[in-house]
Amino acid sequence: MNIFRSLMKSLVPNPRTAFGAVLLAAVLGVPGNPDPASAQGEVNLYSYRQPFLIQPLLKAFTKKTGIDVNVVFAPKGVLERLKAEGANSPADAVLTVDIGRLHDMVEAGVLRPVASPTLQKNIAAQYRHPDGLWFGLTVRARVFYVSKDRVAPGAIASYEDLARPDLKGRVCIRSGKHDYNISLIASVIANRGLDEAREWLNGVRANLARKPQGNDRAQAKTIYEGLCDVAVANTYYMAAMVTNDKAPEQKMWAAATRIVFPNSDGRGTHVNISGAAVTRSAKNVDNAVRLIEFLSEDFAQKLYAERNYEYPVKAGVAPHPLVESWGAFNADSVNLAEVAKQRAAASRLVDEVGLDFGGGRS
Amino acid sequence: MASRALFAIDAWGVGTLVVAGLMAAPVLAVVTLAIAAADDIWGHLARTVLPHYTRTTLALMLGVGVGVFLVGTGAAWLVTMCRFPGRDIFAWALLLPLAVPAYIIAYVYTDVLEYAGPVQGALRALFGWSGPKDYWFPEIRSLAGAIAMMTLVLYPYVYALARAAFLEQSVCALEVSRLLGRGPWRSFTSVALPLARPAIVIGVSLALMETLNDFGTVDYFAVYTFTAGIYDVWLNMNSTSGAAQLATVMLVLVLALIAAERWARRRLRFHHTTNRYRELPSYRLRRFPAALAVTACAAPIVLGFVVPSAVLFDYSVDTFANTPMTDFAIYAFNSLTLSSTAALLAAGIGLFMAYGVRLGRGRAVRAATRFASIGYAVPGAVLAIGVIVPLARLDNAVDAFMGDVFGVSTGLLLSGTVAAVTYGYLVRFLALSFGTMDASLAKVTPSMDGAARTLGSAPLGALRRVHLPLMRGSILAAAILVFVDSMKELPMTLILRPFNFETLATYVYQFASRELLEQCAPAALAIVAAGVLPVILLSVAITRSRPGQWEGRRGLA
Repeated sequence: MNIFRSLMKSLVPNPRTAFGAVLLAAVLGVPGNPDPASAQGEVNLYSYRQPFLIQPLLKAFTKKTGIDVNVVFAPKGVLERLKAEGANSPADAVLTVDIGRLHDMVEAGVLRPVASPTLQKNIAAQYRHPDGLWFGLTVRARVFYVSKDRVAPGAIASYEDLARPDLKGRVCIRSGKHDYNISLIASVIANRGLDEAREWLNGVRANLARKPQGNDRAQAKTIYEGLCDVAVANTYYMAAMVTNDKAPEQKMWAAATRIVFPNSDGRGTHVNISGAAVTRSAKNVDNAVRLIEFLSEDFAQKLYAERNYEYPVKAGVAPHPLVESWGAFNADSVNLAEVAKQRAAASRLVDEVGLDFGGGRS
Repeated sequence: MASRALFAIDAWGVGTLVVAGLMAAPVLAVVTLAIAAADDIWGHLARTVLPHYTRTTLALMLGVGVGVFLVGTGAAWLVTMCRFPGRDIFAWALLLPLAVPAYIIAYVYTDVLEYAGPVQGALRALFGWSGPKDYWFPEIRSLAGAIAMMTLVLYPYVYALARAAFLEQSVCALEVSRLLGRGPWRSFTSVALPLARPAIVIGVSLALMETLNDFGTVDYFAVYTFTAGIYDVWLNMNSTSGAAQLATVMLVLVLALIAAERWARRRLRFHHTTNRYRELPSYRLRRFPAALAVTACAAPIVLGFVVPSAVLFDYSVDTFANTPMTDFAIYAFNSLTLSSTAALLAAGIGLFMAYGVRLGRGRAVRAATRFASIGYAVPGAVLAIGVIVPLARLDNAVDAFMGDVFGVSTGLLLSGTVAAVTYGYLVRFLALSFGTMDASLAKVTPSMDGAARTLGSAPLGALRRVHLPLMRGSILAAAILVFVDSMKELPMTLILRPFNFETLATYVYQFASRELLEQCAPAALAIVAAGVLPVILLSVAITRSRPGQWEGRRGLA
């Protein structure tokens, strides 16, 4: 019976989108009898973020407020769905894992400005849109994993160093077209201009130990294997490897490497955000804002830090002790909206330089 | 009589056009998106990566095309025409890799064959090598690796269709060939193979279309194909229209290829001119040839099904305890319901369109049905956008109309529902069902239609009493192909689904996309397991489709 009720709930999440489900239920001879929406109402999320990463937070929100949270997770196409559905879209809010998608949504005009003193207090200005169109919730730094054995402390200290001739055949990176690398390259363009960025990226290509591939963890593995000495990766993957009891071999990869915060002494290390925004079509605006506020408060920020090893965006909330053990760093202070504007240019630069076709090994 | 027949033809023709139009709407929506200006995407691509994308895509298609043709046709001929130990088991087991999603097999083989995996580890221990510079080992994450992975899971399309064609062949043609002094091998290459050409071509083109729309495998293997380029332009350069333009160009190429093949055999007919179906002759293989045949049949099954299943099972043992069973049951229920609904509808629509083409013979009808089943070659996520746009437009138009006339808002009736997902599956997988039906109908000689009609059957009656009994196996095959593919479907489900709706595939994806395959291994195994029973049914259906053996006394006779 319990399963049956859950089934119906999964088929008929809310009345606005229930027609097809009811149709199917009718075809199958199942009585369409959805749970009535909770008294406190609901909030509908389109999420770029994997559900298993955010579910604990959403459950905590529902427990605290009584507001039900409905989620669609899709890694691409959310923006097109929002645009096509227009004013009738059931989505109230969007969660993303990267500044790029937020920027595209601003450009497409599908977001609405939010003026919330709580959000303004909790989130530093560089991590939210000037007009309140989006808000960063966690920060992740794009750092270097370097070989403990083969790279002396301080020997590689900046993104610019990746192009240094003495690193020939020693650099590993995932595809230049991945969101995280596009953002990093966009930040170099935003800081140094397109021409310097091109020269730099050509240098990086010349230094590649192998064709860009795999994910961030795979880069640590290649350092462990001895294929390269320095890799570009996000901070939280290191913590995920160190604590991975399910795949203990990852602990060895992590143990072979050390984290370096590039440019921390200069313009700052490139950071990206996971963020949230309220849609223009939102019907449950108050609930959506409440959810985002909840995610920016101490409780949720701590949970983000503990479970996902990301840097809390709220000042005063400490990162996970393991993350803290890597030391403090200065983040690039350019507003992320400026970085996001350079994304298309960054993507073209990757093509021009042929970054993904570089590296001796294929 | 004549006027009634004419009217009937028209009704079928119009009906076929309408259904084809519904199925083609998403592809048309993608083409429409492409018409908008995209700021110099082409100039940029042509100067930089387009030659590479094109080369890689052609190499991938050539590799997979040759691979699935050799494995699929060869295995089908062996199990149909030769007798060797285990033949009856191979006959159905050769279809099993169909149940394994390409992205899963890619993940599994990377785990097994990469540097830190068990194979290389064992080799290092055995030979005392200490590092990657001491020896050479083929890199799984490469173009060759992608060709191997896709060949392993896609050859069953060719196998299924080729086997059905070999089974449906009349023994007379083969006997004539033997009488004229041709040995078994020459009979195969000069008689059986050319006669099976329409079926084999459809099988290979299905495999190639699936290759073209694959993103998971090529992305994971860092093989930059046209499809990877489409996603790049769409997501990184934020140009939906540029992506739609690339997808449209790819479609035109596919259509051109199909048209070229049809043109090349425009004067050829493939239906059998006799209805003498006796048991097919079979060559008994002994010793070395038998061992060779067993190896040839076992290799694709072991590599394409046994190894991935065993690895997933191994992961599952550790993680099964952590799997939330209630949720798991819901995901399985969702997957099964969606897939079976799509399979039933696709079989119905495919049959309707294929028979409409046979009746109408009008160029418009023919062209419309070909176009309607082209969705298979469009990358899934792009096709999903093609589904979203017309559905949302329809919903919003209905909403506006109801608002104006009755003052009520109906909101979005279809968008973001399971109906939308089902529609997406139909659009995407219609090629599987239409192609199978079309190939099956091509085998029924037109004189049967003529006889049925002369004896007073209307088109519907002829379909029911003549064609359907002859096609029963193919109809089941079409439904099962769509079912198995729907179970594996990912990009459209992700984008089109309602709130809080998970299928086994989407559940697997959220972990697999973070390379945490171990944690969702039970669900991945469930996708594979759910495909096993239908696949066995499919094999039975194919075997029974041999008219002389099972159904010959039915129908008109």
